[in-house]
Amino acid sequence: MSNYRIQGATGEWEVVIGLEVHAQVTSNSKLFSGAATAFGAEPNSQVSLVDAAMPGMLPVLNRECVRQAVRTGMAIDAQINAWSRFDRKNYFYADLPQGYQISQLYHPIVGEGQLLIEADEKAGIPEDKIIGIERIHIEQDAGKLMHDQHPTMSYVDLNRSGVALMEIVSRPDMRSPAEAGAYVRKLRAILRYVGSCDGNMEEGSMRADVNVSVRRPGEEFGTRTETKNVNSVRFVMQTIEHEAMRQVDVLEAGGKIVQETRLFDPGTGTTRTMRSKEDAHDYRYFPDPDLLPLVLEEDFLAECRASLPELPDAKRTRYTDVLGLTPYNARELTAEVETFARFETLLAETAKAIGKDEAKVATQVANWSLSVAPGVMKAIGDEGDPANATAAAQASILAMADKGEISGGQAKEIFEIVLKTGREPSEIADAEGLKQVSDTGAIEAAVDAIIAANADKVEQYRGGKEALFGFFVGQTMKAMQGKANPGVVNQLLKDKLG
Amino acid sequence: MTDLTQLGVKDIRDGVRDGTFTAREVAESLNAAVADAAALNAFIVTTPDHALAAADAVDAARASGETLGAMAGVPIGMKDLFATNGVQTTAASHILEGFTPRYESTVSQKLWDAGAGMLGKLNLDQFAMGSSNETSYFGNVASPWRKDGSNQPMSPGGSSGGSSSAVAARIAPAATGTDTGGSIRQPAAFTGICGIKPTYGRCSRWGVVAFASSLDQAGPMARSVEDCAIMLGAMAGFDPKDSTSLQMDVPDWEGALSADLRGKRVGIPREYRMEGTDQAILDSWEQGKAWLKDAGAEIVDVSLPHTKYALPAYYIIAPAEASSNLARYDGVRYGLRDLPEPGSGAGASGSGLQDMYAATRAAGFGDEVKRRILIGTYVLSAGFYDAYYTQAQKVRALVARDFERAFEQCDVILAPTTPTASFPLGSMNADPLTMYLNDVFAVPASLAGLPAMSVPATINADGLPLGLQLVGRPFDEQGVLNAGLAIQQRAGFAAKPEKWW
Repeated sequence: MSNYRIQGATGEWEVVIGLEVHAQVTSNSKLFSGAATAFGAEPNSQVSLVDAAMPGMLPVLNRECVRQAVRTGMAIDAQINAWSRFDRKNYFYADLPQGYQISQLYHPIVGEGQLLIEADEKAGIPEDKIIGIERIHIEQDAGKLMHDQHPTMSYVDLNRSGVALMEIVSRPDMRSPAEAGAYVRKLRAILRYVGSCDGNMEEGSMRADVNVSVRRPGEEFGTRTETKNVNSVRFVMQTIEHEAMRQVDVLEAGGKIVQETRLFDPGTGTTRTMRSKEDAHDYRYFPDPDLLPLVLEEDFLAECRASLPELPDAKRTRYTDVLGLTPYNARELTAEVETFARFETLLAETAKAIGKDEAKVATQVANWSLSVAPGVMKAIGDEGDPANATAAAQASILAMADKGEISGGQAKEIFEIVLKTGREPSEIADAEGLKQVSDTGAIEAAVDAIIAANADKVEQYRGGKEALFGFFVGQTMKAMQGKANPGVVNQLLKDKLG
Repeated sequence: MTDLTQLGVKDIRDGVRDGTFTAREVAESLNAAVADAAALNAFIVTTPDHALAAADAVDAARASGETLGAMAGVPIGMKDLFATNGVQTTAASHILEGFTPRYESTVSQKLWDAGAGMLGKLNLDQFAMGSSNETSYFGNVASPWRKDGSNQPMSPGGSSGGSSSAVAARIAPAATGTDTGGSIRQPAAFTGICGIKPTYGRCSRWGVVAFASSLDQAGPMARSVEDCAIMLGAMAGFDPKDSTSLQMDVPDWEGALSADLRGKRVGIPREYRMEGTDQAILDSWEQGKAWLKDAGAEIVDVSLPHTKYALPAYYIIAPAEASSNLARYDGVRYGLRDLPEPGSGAGASGSGLQDMYAATRAAGFGDEVKRRILIGTYVLSAGFYDAYYTQAQKVRALVARDFERAFEQCDVILAPTTPTASFPLGSMNADPLTMYLNDVFAVPASLAGLPAMSVPATINADGLPLGLQLVGRPFDEQGVLNAGLAIQQRAGFAAKPEKWW
C-alpha cells in the first residue's frame, strides 16, 4: 500500500489517480487512410482525401493498426475482443475535418488487463503493485492548429489527422505520483518492447489524460478532474501533485470539487480550468455506418500472439533467475528496449569470445554495460564516437580482462581509445602497451629484487606486521610499471615472503 | 432518320456497335436536347464536351476494332451527388457551390470505363433530402409530365428528380440515381420510367456525397428494365475503398433476363394496403398481380408486420447519420465559408471559429437539410439516444426479419411504389410529414438493404404515370429485374409526356 498522504489542515488525504494514455500506433499509414505518418513533415503534406474529409470519402481500416492494438492487449494480459465496433464521437473543431472522431466507445477491441509496477523504496513504492487496465480502444488522432502564423487567423495542419491512437485506460488504482510515474514508464516500456508505439513523449507519440481525486483514507472516491494531454512522466507527476493539493485546499476551505477538464501548464507546474461539466460536449456517439464490425479470426490472434517478444517482467525474472544478476541490474537493464538489446548482444558476443556460458559472464557484462562503459563515455564526452562502441569491440575488451591479459584500469583506457579512434582493442593493447604481465618469470625477478632491497621490511613482515604486504605489492607493481597481473603478483609474494 | 434522343441504352449501344449511327451523332443529338430543355431545370451544369469526348473515344475504338464497353456510346446524366473530377459537384447545396473535386466517384468512373459519356450534372433535392425535388439550392426541377389539360408544374419526385425528369423527357437515355429511402424508385414512379436500387453494397459509395451511409445506394434510372440491367452491370462491383461494398461478382443481369416466371412465387404484403393510398394505385397493384400470374408466377399473401414502424424508424436513422455526415461542411477546408465581420460597440471581439461555423452552415444549408440535421442531432443526444436511435435500430432489425420470413414464402414481393401519383410543385410544402409519407412503401426495403425496383404500370385518370415496386431477396437483383420485365411486357407502357419545354 502506498503511504503517500497529503497532510491537510484538517487531517490526511489520500490521492486517487487513473490515467488515460494515448499512444500513437507505430504504422506506416493512418488508421483509415493510406497517408503516411512520419513525424515532422511539412504541414499538410501527409493528408489524403479521407483525412481532409472531402465529400464522399470513406474510411478503410488499416489491419496493421489492429494488429498492434491486439498485440499490446496481449502484452498486458488483457481480454481480446474478437468482435468490436467503431463509433463516431461527434464534435466541431477546426482540427477535426470529419466533424467526428472515429473511436470505439461501446465495444473496444481490448478489454480488462493489468500491468505490474515494481517496488522502488527510494521512489516511495514499498512493494510490487498490480494496476488494472480497463480497456484499450483504437481511434483517430486530430490535426493541429497553429495560432502563431498569422495575426488574426489560425492555420490547420492535418498531417496528424487520422493517425491511429490506442487509448489505454487504467483503473483508478494509483495512489501516489510515484505510482503514476512508474505506471507510465512501465506502460511505455511494454509498448516499446511490443513495438506498437515508439513511446516518444516529446513528439507527442504518447500523452496522458490524468484523472485525479482526493479522499479521506478509506472513504468513497471524491469528485475527479481530468487534466488533458500531459506529455512527460515528470509532468504527469507534477500534475498529480499540484491537482491533489489544489483539491485539498478547496475541500478544506469548505468548497466542492467541480468535475471538469483542466490543462497543465508546464511553465508553472500548475493546472487550470479548460471547460467544466456544464459546457462539456454531448458527443452523440453512435456506430459508424461506414465501417463493418471488426471481427478477429483465430488465425490472426494466433499470429499476433506468436509475434510477441519476451516482455519486461519475464525478461527481468530471467535476468535474475537464469543469468544471476542482481535485482537492481536486472531492472535497469530491462527498463528500455535499447538497453536490453545492447546488453543481450554484448552478452552473446562476450560469452562467445570467452568461450563460457552466458550465465557465467552475465554479471561482468552487466557491470560493464551499466557502470564501466557509461562512465568512460561520460568522462570523454564529445571526444568519443558511440558508434565505435561495437559489441565486438567491447566483447574483445571483456574477454581480455576475463583472461587476465588486461587490468580493469587498462580495460577502461582501451575502451577510451576505441571510442576516440575506432581501433581494434587487441591492437590497442599491444601497441599502447596496455597489457598486464602474467609472465611469472619477469614478475618473479622483480619480486626477488624487491625482497633483496628491503630486507628490513621483510623482517618486520615475517615478524607479524602483515600490513606491509601492500607495500610489497605496490613496489612490485611500480617495478612492473603497473602492468603486472595483480593475482600473479599476490601469489608470488605470498610464496616468497612465507 | 431515327430520332436518336428517343433511343434507350440498349438501342444506342447496339446501334453504335453495329455502325447504324456514331456515338458522336448520339451525343450531339442529346446535347442539343439538353440545351433545349432548360425549362425543366433538370441539370445544374451541362457538360456537352464530356459527352462528345467520350463519344469520340468510342467511335475511335470501334474504328480500330476494339471491343466496346457495356455502355459504349451512351451519354447519360449524372446525379450531382457523385463526385466528378474537374466538374462542379454540389449535392444541390449552396455550401458546396463551386466545389470541384479532383477525384472521380467509383460508380461514375466505372460508367466512363464502360464507354458512357456525361451530358451534365443532374439536379436533386439538396443532399438527397426530399421527395419532390423542391429542396435544391438551384431551384425546383419540373416533371415533363403534366396533368391532362393543365399547365401546373408537377413534381418529378425526389431526391433523384433531375434524373427522372431528364430520362422521362428524353433528354437523357439514362441517368444515375441514389436511393436512401426511395430516392430512385419514387421519382421513377412519378415519371413513368424504371429505376432499381440494388442490394446495399452492390454499388460503391466511394465519391458519393453521403446522406445516410447505412442506407445510401446508387442505381440506374432508365426507360426499360433491359436498360436498367445493362447500366446496373456497369455501375456495380466490389470496391476496396468502400468497407461496406459487397465482395461478390457482378452477374450478367442483362444476359439472364427472363420474363418467364413459372415456378416463382410473388408475395403480396397485406400491410401495404394503407389508408390514403389512391384507388388507382390499388387498382394498378391488382393489375400487376394479374400480369405476374400471367407470366407464370404464383401469387401468395405475405405479412410484413412491422411495416408501419419503418417510416418513423427511417426518419430517425437517416437524419442521425446525416447529422454526422454533414458535419464536415464547416467552411474550414472547402465549399462555402461565411466569416462574419467582427461586431462593433462595447465588448465586441473578432469573429471566431464558432461564428464561422454558425454563419457558414446557416447560409449554406437549406431548410430541409437543417431540419434533418436538427432531428438527427436530437435523436443522438444524451438522454434521447436509447429512446430514439437504439429503438429505431431495433425496428430496423425487425423490418429486415419481416422480409426474411416473407421470403420463405415467396421469391419476390410486389407492392405499389408510392401511395399517390405525382403532385403539383409547391402543393406539399406546408407539412413535411405528409411529404415524408410519400416514401412509406419504399423505405422498408431500404432499411432491409434489399434490391427494389419501380417499373411503370399505367397512367391514372389525370394522365400521370403510376409505378409498381418489386422487392427481392438480398443479392437477387435478377429476380427483381425478371419480374419487372414481365410487368413491362404486359403493361406495354407507351405513354410519353408531351413536350412543352
